[in-house]
Amino acid sequence: MSLLMPFLLPIATSLLSVFIKGRLLIGINLISSFTLLALALQLLFEVVSSGPKSLIFGNWPVPYGIEFYADGLSALLIILIALVSAVVMVFMVHWERTSDKSAYFALAQCLVASAIAVSLAADLFNLYVWFELMLIAVLGLMVLGKGRQQTEAALKYFAVSMLGTLIMLSAIGMIHGAVGHLNFSALAELAASEDTGHYLTLYGGMLLLALLLKIGAFPLFAWLPAAYHALPAPLLALVGGLLTKISVYVLMRISGQVLDYQLYHEAIGWLAVITMLSGVLGAAYHWDLRRILSFHIVSQVGFLLLGVALASPAGMTGTAFFLFHNILVKANLFLIAGLIWMTAGHYDLRKIGGLYPARPLLSVIFLLSALSLVGVPPTSGFWGKLLIIMETFTQEKYLWAAAALITSMLTLYSMSKIWLEGFWKPHPGQLVSLVIPKSTYMVMLIMSVLILMMGLMPGPLIDLLQLQQWQQGGAL
Amino acid sequence: MSLILITVISICVSSGILLLLSREVFKMIMGLAVLGTAANLVVFTGGRPGSLVPAVIEQGSQTLMTNAASPLPQALVLTAIVIGFALLCFALILAAAVANQQDNSDVASYRENEPSGNAKAQSDKPSVMEIES
Repeated sequence: MSLLMPFLLPIATSLLSVFIKGRLLIGINLISSFTLLALALQLLFEVVSSGPKSLIFGNWPVPYGIEFYADGLSALLIILIALVSAVVMVFMVHWERTSDKSAYFALAQCLVASAIAVSLAADLFNLYVWFELMLIAVLGLMVLGKGRQQTEAALKYFAVSMLGTLIMLSAIGMIHGAVGHLNFSALAELAASEDTGHYLTLYGGMLLLALLLKIGAFPLFAWLPAAYHALPAPLLALVGGLLTKISVYVLMRISGQVLDYQLYHEAIGWLAVITMLSGVLGAAYHWDLRRILSFHIVSQVGFLLLGVALASPAGMTGTAFFLFHNILVKANLFLIAGLIWMTAGHYDLRKIGGLYPARPLLSVIFLLSALSLVGVPPTSGFWGKLLIIMETFTQEKYLWAAAALITSMLTLYSMSKIWLEGFWKPHPGQLVSLVIPKSTYMVMLIMSVLILMMGLMPGPLIDLLQLQQWQQGGAL
Repeated sequence: MSLILITVISICVSSGILLLLSREVFKMIMGLAVLGTAANLVVFTGGRPGSLVPAVIEQGSQTLMTNAASPLPQALVLTAIVIGFALLCFALILAAAVANQQDNSDVASYRENEPSGNAKAQSDKPSVMEIES
């Protein structure tokens, strides 16, 4: 039951939100988000103390039923989803002044529910259904903006994601046709055996293609910066902070634990190198804050893919650490972008400035997150990058390591651009200075403290992740 | 039976891709719909289609009769059809809204989010919601 509750709570809240409005709506959503956080912590506690949990619906025997499965990794991911959703809910209370507030909350909760279900799903078709639900929720959030930019972004996002899910569905159909199983643990066994292994390499490759499209890997990332920046900033934190990372998590599971083929790892590694370089170069070119941060998603995802490609327990531990760090930092940066917009009146760096004298606290929070994204030592990003790059050296993939280091340098360049243009130079016009509610500062401070804690005390989290069974079929 | 299905799938995939590459927004959506049908048929083909043996486990027996059609892909296809249909309806309305707002249905002219060169600065208009707040 503790496995199902983190999913049921947001989906119930989502349905309820459609019918209520005003203070009740906000109250229920806030309570639900913080309860979700507590439930997620409880799930982690249970998983750590008594081992992975599994729930099979309808009492079917193991490889046949629809299965939800949680180990340390998924429990941690659910905690982060819950955390980001709680923060975004607090933010949204003050942000949205439109009449369809119920719809925003309902769709945001629906997105959270499907993200949690994706991290729990332990069979391919289940995974596909939750991916579709996630797609529907994001599309809904996009078109609620109603502007030209929003509908157009939604159309592009729809076309690309739909193609991805169709590829995924055909891959699932072929895998089921070839081996008759969709459950992760059954597939992991079949992938290792001689008879069925070669079918699975082919069809699994198709599945990987669909996932890479959703992740925004190299040739297929153009949709991401074009679609994401049409969302208002707090929702962008939810969508941009979570969506691609959830797909990376699924890729980690599939290429690491289910279909563990050397061929895949090699391909993912080279894609990762091109992805991180092209992402960061795109970010260096742009001036719109949301666009810069969206391109950074692409480049960070490249780092994650690099870790996935290393496919060793040490590499996977690094990837997982980096994944959690990245969700926190990215969400925080998007929220900061929202506050910058509220204070300075624009997302375009050329039209804003003077934030450091006007908002010192915001500047410090931004600096912390930005340095963490770059990977400067006392922050969380340092450890994630260190673990991944150390493993590339162990495996003697020096080119990959070089690309990762160059990417970090360029990230520093693009973050200092935001700092110099947005915070340091005087504002070319007038600061708008809408009143920034204290509660938004509070939640961002909490996020920043977490980022700092992850940097100063990475030990407990790394230890927890090292307990994870990373090898083929491990713990599934 | 499989041969017929495979022929149909290949026709669906090729016509779907042809439509998808069209610059007309509604043709593009239709392309996705046809490709969706192809994907559904792929899943369906995996379930031993054409068998006339009912997928019922006889009393006292533990397994399905030999050569019975597998019911699982059929259940999967049903789910996929429902999701696909909902998304198709949504996409058609969305495409109509976009074509209305932009006054044409040429996909290549939708450059609001990816402006080229100098047009960039003007395109970063705040959204409706941002103006209100």
